[in-house]
Amino acid sequence: MLASLTLLLVFQLIGETVVQWLRLPVPGPVLGMLLLFAALVVRGEVPTALRDTANGLLQHLSLLFVPAGAGVMTHLGLLATAWLPITVAILLSTAVTLLFTAFVMRAAARQR
Amino acid sequence: MNPELRELWVYLSTSPLLGLTLTLLAYQLAYAVYVKLGSHPLANPVAIAVALIVAILTFTGTPYAVYFEGAQFVHFLLGPATVALAVPLYAQWPRLKKLFGASMLALVTGSVVSVVSVWLIAEALGASDQVLRSLAPKSVTSPIGMGISEKIGGLPSLTAVLIMLTGIVGAVIGPTLLKATATQDDAIRGFAIGMSAHGIGTARAFQISETAGAFSALAMGLNGVVTSIVVPVLVHALA
Repeated sequence: MLASLTLLLVFQLIGETVVQWLRLPVPGPVLGMLLLFAALVVRGEVPTALRDTANGLLQHLSLLFVPAGAGVMTHLGLLATAWLPITVAILLSTAVTLLFTAFVMRAAARQR
Repeated sequence: MNPELRELWVYLSTSPLLGLTLTLLAYQLAYAVYVKLGSHPLANPVAIAVALIVAILTFTGTPYAVYFEGAQFVHFLLGPATVALAVPLYAQWPRLKKLFGASMLALVTGSVVSVVSVWLIAEALGASDQVLRSLAPKSVTSPIGMGISEKIGGLPSLTAVLIMLTGIVGAVIGPTLLKATATQDDAIRGFAIGMSAHGIGTARAFQISETAGAFSALAMGLNGVVTSIVVPVLVHALA
């Protein structure tokens, strides 16, 4: 558990460093995820300890968004004045994006 | 409040312990409500927990910055958790190879549709230029979205809030909408959720299945990259 948590942090650190260094438009942890994925593909299997730690962290992924989510209170004023365009645009655009993506991917996957 | 209680409150309210404990308690309560309501999509645990915390902070007059002193320990775990998404993603490697072409096509077109649709709808309803620019990167994960927002003249902290709202909306309506359109493949379900609702959607997609969660994580990561390239170009054309 300790070794695999360290491994995750090391990959995050590598990701952050490369992003800063090459000025990439990606957050460090996302690059860290892609690098760890590549490392797993090269290795050909996931170590059991890493799998357990990853599952543990991801089991309550929703919880990790709560602190940033509470940041909504800092913009309540602005949200109150523009709530209609914001609510309608987010609702409709999210639905459209979701359905469009699923439709394109379904159609493209069927082609082959 | 009597003086002793007041002293205790002053002590506790400046210690990180309170913000941290509040986060964990609010989430567990929210999760219990979610389970109690038969995992109803409207009872999204993030939304309930956030509402509880905002209510408590407002009621006690606690500034967000003070709360975040404690909550940052939970927030920090987002980094390693994002890296950990590589593990379920690796489990999908064989499927991913087969769906590679379809994923790339859905990725690029979906990203454009997300930006253009939110811009046009909000513009038609009279949103200000600043709100439009802050809304454009609404479907990507917040560190990327805030960076994009800053680059195109939006308000990064407002973008963070709009991204959060988008994630909750996507997590709430996503699975139901996909079911209604008879999308049965969990890989496609997950990818569509990750494209439209980033990390919060991904957390929800993992409740559908491991496959859905992994493809959602993949879409979230790639969409961040594509959107950061696409948004400046599109906004230049739209504004």
